[in-house]
Amino acid sequence: MENREFFYRRLHSLLGVVPIGIFLIQHLVVNHFAVYGPESFNRAAQFMHDLPFRLMLEILIIFLPIIFHAVLGVYIVFVAKNNVSRYGFFRNWLFYLQRITGIITLVFIVWHVWETRVQIGMGTEELNYGLMENILANPVMFWFYVIGVVSTTFHFANGLWSFLVSWGVTVTPRSQKIATYATLLVFLAVTYIGIRALFAFV
Amino acid sequence: MAEEKLTLIVTRQDSPESPEYEETFKVSYRKNMNIISALMETQKNPVNAKGESVAPIQWESNCLEEVCGACSMVINGEPRQACSTLVDKLEQPIRVAPMATFPVVRDLVVDRSRMFDSLKKVKAWVPIDGTHDIGPGPRMPEKKRQWAYELSKCMTCGVCLEACPNVNSSTDFIGPAALSQVRLFNSHPTGEMNKSERLEALMDDGGISGCGNSQNCVQVCPKGIPLTTSIAALNRDTNIQSFKNFFGSDHAY
Ligand code: HEM
Ligand code: SF4
Ligand code: FES
Repeated sequence: MENREFFYRRLHSLLGVVPIGIFLIQHLVVNHFAVYGPESFNRAAQFMHDLPFRLMLEILIIFLPIIFHAVLGVYIVFVAKNNVSRYGFFRNWLFYLQRITGIITLVFIVWHVWETRVQIGMGTEELNYGLMENILANPVMFWFYVIGVVSTTFHFANGLWSFLVSWGVTVTPRSQKIATYATLLVFLAVTYIGIRALFAFV
Repeated sequence: MAEEKLTLIVTRQDSPESPEYEETFKVSYRKNMNIISALMETQKNPVNAKGESVAPIQWESNCLEEVCGACSMVINGEPRQACSTLVDKLEQPIRVAPMATFPVVRDLVVDRSRMFDSLKKVKAWVPIDGTHDIGPGPRMPEKKRQWAYELSKCMTCGVCLEACPNVNSSTDFIGPAALSQVRLFNSHPTGEMNKSERLEALMDDGGISGCGNSQNCVQVCPKGIPLTTSIAALNRDTNIQSFKNFFGSDHAY
């Protein structure tokens, strides 16, 4: 459609933070309960599982936003002509990494949703500590999960930085620099939560 | 004593449709030479390094003081102005090529029409013509004038478009230069009266949403224009404008 690009791009940017980014943090925090033992994880996972209107929440807050963000995201990735070899500036590298981590994250999410939520939905697996324990017992899978989680948290944190620019919150070079440090802290914190949870399963 | 020679490797193209090729030239060195004077040397006697007589190299230049933007080309991999690029500061051999973002007319001459069309699209001017004298405009604070002067230095050279990963043949992104001009004219006390028209032009396809924040533009602009600050400020302005358009507003001029 004519002149819908502005709307779609702003929606893409918004969805990356609300709800997808919020969901990401919630998801990693719930996983982090594994650090306190299998029962603790199972209780937290069961609580999420028993939320009212769960399917509706999953569709509206998770699936539709991610599908939209991912489809437009892949398009955005492929129309860019990356040029870090010629212009090796810090922000250009992050621009490139934002696109690479977008693709890695997509592969990771599809795989992860397939072997967890879809299997649980089809009744072939049960939602509990043992499911993740089995998956992560395989070292290849474990490292795939580590890369997937770091890629997602990087993409989220760096995305938060560009979200602030896209919405005109950080305008001046100084505010954008402060946002770089702030989003770096977000990256470190969220990555710590995510990775620590993974190690709790092995 | 043997005369000192420069080696110049030029990416050439005989016509807009023909294939590009590289040709090497040996140029007699003079002190304080710039790329334009080196190219002029080759024109005196257009013979390539193999000793063959060839068509003289074509390029564009006007001001020779880095204000018109016509002589922009890629010199040793970096897009910049040939007139302000001194040979002494470059590694040899010197490679010159046309900017890849624009259609080549011939050799180093490119067609920057898309940039001028963009300026028309965003109405990068202050409309004052009419049927009667509308009198003097409001005054501008001196500090603001000094700030706006920096934005007004843009010479439409195209270097920022050349460096932008999102300006290419798969996208119709307008590029940083025209965006920053909207900021300039929207800050002008009279230009401000047509603010929403310019913002709406930026909300069309190929407008401001094509920016992905690689921020190369602000690094390469020879005039040091704060392009990314302009873009972020316009992100804010276009967002507000889109809310006004959607919900309606008493201040939507
Ligand atoms: C957990 C999943 C994801 C989260 C939390 C997330 C979050 C974000 C955020 C916050 C932004 C910044 C928006 C802006 O620039 O204003 C962003 C941008 C982006 N995302 Fe994602 N994203 C996710 C998945 C994906 C996937 C699967 C892709 C597809 C390959 C993708 C591709 C992109 C691209 C290309 C951008 C850059 C947009 C631009 O610079 O204009 N993202 N993401
Ligand atoms: S903004 Fe700078 S780099 Fe871009 S066209 Fe204007 S002068 Fe050239
Ligand atoms: S000739 Fe005008 S900028 Fe070089």
